Amino acid sequence: MDLLETLEKVTFKLLELAATALPKKVEAQLNRVIQEEKSEIGENQLAIIAKNIQSAKILKRPLCQDTGLISFFIQSRNNFPNPSQVRNILVKVTKKATQAIPLRPNAINFFEGNTGTNVGELIPWIYWTDRSDSTFEITVQLKGGGSSNISRLYMLNPTEGIKGIKKAIIEAVASAGSRGCPPYTIGIGLGGTEDVAMLLAKKALLIPPDQRNSRKEFAEIELDLIQTLNTLGIGIMGLGYGPSVLDVHIMQAARHPASLPVGISFSCWALRYATARITEDKIEYITHEG
Amino acid sequence: MALINLKTPIEEAQVRKLHIGDHITISGTIFTARDEAHLRALQFARDNRPLPFATQGNVLYHCGPVARQIDSGWEVLSAGPTTSTRLEKFEAEFIKSFGITVIIGKGGMLEQTQEALKEYGAVYCNFTGGAGVIAANFIEKVEQVIWLDLGIPEAVWVFKVKEFGPLLVAIDTYKNSIFDNVQKHVVARKDILLKELEADK
Repeated sequence: MDLLETLEKVTFKLLELAATALPKKVEAQLNRVIQEEKSEIGENQLAIIAKNIQSAKILKRPLCQDTGLISFFIQSRNNFPNPSQVRNILVKVTKKATQAIPLRPNAINFFEGNTGTNVGELIPWIYWTDRSDSTFEITVQLKGGGSSNISRLYMLNPTEGIKGIKKAIIEAVASAGSRGCPPYTIGIGLGGTEDVAMLLAKKALLIPPDQRNSRKEFAEIELDLIQTLNTLGIGIMGLGYGPSVLDVHIMQAARHPASLPVGISFSCWALRYATARITEDKIEYITHEG
Repeated sequence: MALINLKTPIEEAQVRKLHIGDHITISGTIFTARDEAHLRALQFARDNRPLPFATQGNVLYHCGPVARQIDSGWEVLSAGPTTSTRLEKFEAEFIKSFGITVIIGKGGMLEQTQEALKEYGAVYCNFTGGAGVIAANFIEKVEQVIWLDLGIPEAVWVFKVKEFGPLLVAIDTYKNSIFDNVQKHVVARKDILLKELEADK
């Protein structure tokens, strides 16, 4: 198949999936919370959330009106196909999907204002990573402004260590409070430089729910943080009942001797992304199928 | 859950009877305003110019919808609330200038707004964030859209709604705030957690 042609169709489908339906595993994790909640206020909020997820899926409408500033994550071998051709396609599809689904136009150019198309200066943002096999993988992430506004970067003194990392995360979540539509999924990027830590934090949100870091030490920190952060009592929508945090994912990189960057990216309960894997003979929507 | 059904225009005397924890629904005319619309509307008020849209329902909704143009006008597909604290620095003046009695948003508002809610007689109600499709289902009609030069999310949308709710009264006219009560607990708990970590060698 012609990859560029396929990419056009696949990207449209990904934008539609991401806006209108939660990834299967994200929905399953949220459903467990919905079944377990016993408080009246918590139950009321979750009943609306559950009904909203179902209605959005059936009506194919954006489940949240904030469909985010659009970003794509691409994995391919040797930058194939040509990145500038890929960009042209993603820009074209973003414009088309904004009209057709529709999405809320969220790209604001400085001085000119809202472009009306979700395409603006450098937006949609595209991340490329190399991949050793010939599979082409593309993810679209739709992240609302509310949860972006509470993200944090801490440049800690390295001697603060793991304890300092935990303190920074507890500070950030407590200060986020009700503002980003909890219960939250929290992406943590550790190490690297300041930009790397934030990128890892954002990428960590794309790790499947309940999947733990492959390093035992970090897996334990994730579990400890989930437990600890849930004692803060923020609750569903910040109303004090039910869980504050659904999951915590850590991604790490080596750091500079003088630096300990801690990037923290939040997702609202409506953690929206969709991934497709394209190979010679098939297309799989791995977040939404099966 | 007992529901109090209110129809617009909603008057000060009605909302002074409400308390945090009450659940209400609203039927009638409401309008949206976010950051840019607040700025512009307040400039109109300072210049003594009448607003080009109807605020008579007295209900302000912090919302930027997903909407598309159809033959008969506009169709709203998703219209949940936006984070209200961004409007904190404008809201007291906004309430005073336009006689707002109900604000619908999410996440709560702070001291200055709470003071204005008390003084002028208005409540702040929370609708579930992210529940855009459910919220849009309460909209019967788009009566007016104005200031589209600000873009779809920042424009002012005048909606006719039917039994929009349940809306949780989260800040009342007595300066009680559910969010403040929760946040006080969160901060106290955070301080304990940080101390415990510090003590843990």
